[in-house]
Amino acid sequence: MPVGVGAAGAAPTLRDRDKQRGWPGARRSLQRHWQLYLLMLAPLLYFVVFKYVPMTNAVIAFKDYNVVDGVWGSDWVGLKHFERFFSNPIFWPVLRNTFLLSAYVVLASFPVPIVLALALNEVRLRFFKNTVQMVTYAPYFISTVVVVSMTILFLSPRLGLAGDVTQFFGLGRIDFLSDPNYFRHIYVASDIWQTMGYSAVIYIAALAGIDPALYEAARVDGANRWQKIVNVDIPGIMPTAMIILVLGVGNVMAIGFEKAYLFQNTLNISQSEIIPTYTYKVGLLSAEFSQASAIGLFNGVINLVLLLGVNALVKRLTGSGLW
Amino acid sequence: MVSTDVERPAVGIGRARSLATRRPPRPRRVKDGLDDRLFMVGVYVLLTTFLLVVLLPLVYIVASSLSDPLAVSSGRVSFWPVDFTLEGYRRVLSDPSILTGFGNSIFYTLVGTAISLVLTVSIAYPLSRRDLWGRRGITLFVVFTMLFAGGIIPTYLVVQNLGMLDTRLALVLPQAIGVWQVIIAMSFFRTSIPDELYEAAQLDGASDLRFLVSTVLPLSKPLLAVIALMYAIYQWNSYFDALLYLRDPDLYPLQLVLRNVLILNQTAPGLDAAAALERQQLADLMKYSLIVISTVPVMLVYPFVARYFNKGLLVGAVKG
Repeated sequence: MPVGVGAAGAAPTLRDRDKQRGWPGARRSLQRHWQLYLLMLAPLLYFVVFKYVPMTNAVIAFKDYNVVDGVWGSDWVGLKHFERFFSNPIFWPVLRNTFLLSAYVVLASFPVPIVLALALNEVRLRFFKNTVQMVTYAPYFISTVVVVSMTILFLSPRLGLAGDVTQFFGLGRIDFLSDPNYFRHIYVASDIWQTMGYSAVIYIAALAGIDPALYEAARVDGANRWQKIVNVDIPGIMPTAMIILVLGVGNVMAIGFEKAYLFQNTLNISQSEIIPTYTYKVGLLSAEFSQASAIGLFNGVINLVLLLGVNALVKRLTGSGLW
Repeated sequence: MVSTDVERPAVGIGRARSLATRRPPRPRRVKDGLDDRLFMVGVYVLLTTFLLVVLLPLVYIVASSLSDPLAVSSGRVSFWPVDFTLEGYRRVLSDPSILTGFGNSIFYTLVGTAISLVLTVSIAYPLSRRDLWGRRGITLFVVFTMLFAGGIIPTYLVVQNLGMLDTRLALVLPQAIGVWQVIIAMSFFRTSIPDELYEAAQLDGASDLRFLVSTVLPLSKPLLAVIALMYAIYQWNSYFDALLYLRDPDLYPLQLVLRNVLILNQTAPGLDAAAALERQQLADLMKYSLIVISTVPVMLVYPFVARYFNKGLLVGAVKG
């Protein structure tokens, strides 16, 4: 990869010449770089059409959308759809499921990659280290459909290995898939299985970036490996870990639709119905577009507030937030 | 991989020990104490557990896919094929809906990746140029879409109004640009393309576009590879957009076909009861073969791209 040698030396001239503020700067930049602006047209059009138009389309949450009148022609109904959702008996269970599932995912999958990275960092046998890293990384590239299918096959009381294991321990053949109480554990376990190697990468990089002088000092002080991990490694990756945790907490309501929907069956629905899957069913299977948009908007706003709130909190505590 | 080796021979220590034991100097490190050796045993046990936890399910799937239908149905297979046969693969590869799905997925992956790559570079390169007026505003405009989205239904309405429902375009356009990929590309361009090159190109009278095509892009091959593979794997693995926008089974990508066969248990109807049992056994076997076949393409490229993936991941992490 090319390295930016001496970029600093040339930068001032570039900046001096082109960095004019206000409209003169704009006109100058447009004249000089019209090709670049032209280049950006297609991607910007993409963002407008597929990201910003949907944001404005979300106003149908406050309307009774019908196909004939379209998004802007339909009648305003205020908060009707929100009130309907809040007074729906399914509201609290679904909100609770969404929150519990994603909080569980965030908290349970947080320490595993750290442990993996710390352990890998100790190993000097290159072959072993690379093998473990390559293998644990691999599931990240397997599709959600396949991971869910594998889990289902694995846990199936008729075919899978899990039945043999529980029978061996005298528990009988437990049907994990049809008992709603297992849903969250299955979801989280398969999530950790799929992402731990991938998530460990960032910690491995953070560990590699720790100042070698610290290890030298620890060695001089006679620290053993465990003490070195506790006193050098863990403090060294703490900032990274905090950012990851904050991102996770901030995105607690943004849990994905794909996996929960695939794991769902009529028996575990009491715990597996979360806001995204419910939105999909209301919107596309029952074609209640306005109601579904209201639910989606509700979820999006909660998530935005959470993210901004957590970021502000972190900024206050540590002086540096995500942005 | 990212594991950088910090081990360099520490001369003094190596020599001291070689004098004592009359062995050739071994690179680096004081001898571990007893506590450290016990600790390392723990580390190796832990890592081997991690390794097996990931590996064994995969081995189980592959072993089952190569076993006799009867053995699979009665749950006799563990980590080695029982009564080896390729029947599962033969059946899977002769199923028209699966072959169609496979073909469709290849199409979506190739076309989708090409579109995504072109669009991502077109926005990321200009935004990486410090001398572009309005850069900050446009960057904010792009990044904001990461924080807030209209939602499933409002996006669906856009696709519907564009007349893209039930067309191939619906799978390659609505998710064409990933903001994360734009950020990665931007920081790569910003840190890896020296300003001198641009100065020189300007002196030579090259236009911005010319500079991008003949200088920047050739220098950015690793980046382009990472981004392309990220998009390609995303396209190959995703099913949600197909579930939303497609009704015509002839357009289904492989993942949606997989979901119907593997999770919804759909098999062809119209068989008499006697054939049903055998059919069920074969269907079980085919699930395993299907999983293997659909995952092999990704697993084949993954070891080669993993290192670049890490680089991309870290570039994005360092400068957001």
